[in-house]
Amino acid sequence: MSRPAILFALIGLSGIVLPLVQFKPNRIAAGEGVVLITGFGWGAAVALGLAAILVAGCWAGWAALTRLAVALLGVVAVTLSLGMAARHLAQADNALARVSPAGGFWLLLLAFSLMFGDAITRLRPSAVTRWLILCAVLVLIAVVLATGLLDGVSVMREYAARREPFLNAARTHLLLGFGSLGLALAVGLPLGMVLFHAPRIAGPVLAALNVVQTIPSLALFGIMIPLFGWLAATLPTAAQWGLSGIGIFPAMTALFLYALLPVVSNTVAGLSGVPVAIREAAEGLGMTRPQILMRILVPLALPVLLAAVRIVLVQNIGLGVIAGLIGGGGFGSFVFQGLNQTAMDLVLLGALPTIALALLAGIVMDLLVDLSQRRA
Amino acid sequence: MIELRDLTRIYDGVAAVDHVSLTVERGQIATLVGASGSGKTTLLRMINRLVEPSSGQVQIEGRDTASMPVHQLRRRIGYAIQGVGLFPHQSVAENIATVPRLLGWSNAQILDRVDELLSLFQLDPATFRDRRPGQLSGGQTQRVGVARALAARPDLLLMDEPFGALDSVIRAKAQSDLRDIQSRLGTTMILVTHDIEEAVRLGDRIAVMDRGKVLQYDTPAQVLAHPATPFVRDLIGPSERVYRLLSLTTVAEIAIAGDAYGPAIPRDLTLREALAEIMRSGRDALPLEGGGIVTLAALRARSAR
Repeated sequence: MSRPAILFALIGLSGIVLPLVQFKPNRIAAGEGVVLITGFGWGAAVALGLAAILVAGCWAGWAALTRLAVALLGVVAVTLSLGMAARHLAQADNALARVSPAGGFWLLLLAFSLMFGDAITRLRPSAVTRWLILCAVLVLIAVVLATGLLDGVSVMREYAARREPFLNAARTHLLLGFGSLGLALAVGLPLGMVLFHAPRIAGPVLAALNVVQTIPSLALFGIMIPLFGWLAATLPTAAQWGLSGIGIFPAMTALFLYALLPVVSNTVAGLSGVPVAIREAAEGLGMTRPQILMRILVPLALPVLLAAVRIVLVQNIGLGVIAGLIGGGGFGSFVFQGLNQTAMDLVLLGALPTIALALLAGIVMDLLVDLSQRRA
Repeated sequence: MIELRDLTRIYDGVAAVDHVSLTVERGQIATLVGASGSGKTTLLRMINRLVEPSSGQVQIEGRDTASMPVHQLRRRIGYAIQGVGLFPHQSVAENIATVPRLLGWSNAQILDRVDELLSLFQLDPATFRDRRPGQLSGGQTQRVGVARALAARPDLLLMDEPFGALDSVIRAKAQSDLRDIQSRLGTTMILVTHDIEEAVRLGDRIAVMDRGKVLQYDTPAQVLAHPATPFVRDLIGPSERVYRLLSLTTVAEIAIAGDAYGPAIPRDLTLREALAEIMRSGRDALPLEGGGIVTLAALRARSAR
């Protein structure tokens, strides 16, 4: 018996029993749950098939590759069931009716995703295979979205009504995530290198950054909004440079500040982690300080530096949602609009891409860290 | 010629190296021997200015090292340390090429030099050129470390416990290889060790250090035969002293005419090995290959000096 598979089976089976979707007369009304078995014509057959896979998966003897294929099949089947149920329930005569994913769908998706992840771990794929799997999954998602199989689902209907703003939000969100990362690297890497050479001031500086890290984002905005607002109003050219109390400027500043600690502390830790003998040899052979830094220390510290990039990227893509609260744009604007209107579908339109983006960034960075470690 | 003049290094009011003056002739090996904390490593590191002297001077071929830009000075001086410190992200060839590259040699020159050095250190260039340091054994790592230090044909090679990480069998081989390479290249060497055996085996001259001072700087034979202070006598080890002394001379040097029974011994055997053979076989004299004998009485006379 495979113990993780038993857990996946329990999660998945409860997903089959619980409602797959919520059927609502309109986008903000409370709905009624519909289980997979009665969701659409083939529902019962699909439910039976998924249950069979989950139970059979508990047997430990499966080859990892089979497990992977079956898990992928499960994920696709669950996703398509959602689309089918949406199509089946929302009849053409009622344009206002909404079909949203409910607990059953999320649990089934979770169960098969866990099974998928577990299978990949067992497979111990090479770096190249992992890149290929990632690309294949992305292509699969793109195909499912492009074919319109999910167009009946509430989130996709919210998207259909907001194509233009969605693309804008995506652009802004990427700008927030990668822009704050870029700023943090531009400032944090040199700062970390300076602190590495001056260990006496490293302690206090890192402590100060640590304090910044602990300030809750709302409190940080509470400080920045009046401060930047006042600056923008007082300094004649400040507003022209984009400085303002609300909007993307304070959001970017907050994300930058949160990113600084991981970048600086990992830079110091990475450089300090290079064995003393290597540093002394480089010095004794007549390398200058910049040469030692660029040719020896930075290449050897690269895995730790990339780990910092990973932390910051995942953290700031997630934190970027908060920008929506102060008019900074990004996927957060849908989340907060949705919360105000109690329209959960709109919240999902902001939350799902954020999660997907953070997950993707995390996986890609893990692969890059792995690659750099192989080199070193 | 390397001249250290009145070199002193003070840390927190305590002299780690205390008014040391000594001269190393060109093409010779000087060994600095002493317990840990005796100041031998600090003294070595003042020569390539990894440690700046508090006072005093280092002159290489008559030029004060303090007047040279520090990086150029270090590129002219080979440096090999106990941890070896090979760069793990670079291949063996890239490691060896470090200083030539810093000096701006052409690629063709560098490739030739790398292969030449690998062959000199009995590492097949085709096999080892592209290996990473992580794929080398301890002995190979040590050899690549010394090859890297010698890459730009330095006039002077500084070594800090270069064999410290090797087990005793490999160490003896590495020591004799180093002697061979040194006599072939004629490089001046200063080598730090805590092992008096190693100091005696490798050094043309030995500097015995304690608490920052050089107690005695002389040839191995003189240091063993006439220890300058009780500390030097203790460092040599009173019971070992006789054997160390005997190991400096070959039987050919004290052979006398005569006859002895039993199998003959090679002429390049040390007196110490001859003594061992006398004890083992219960003879009073041994015949030498090619004529002459070495007697127990002669060995006794030699060790009483």
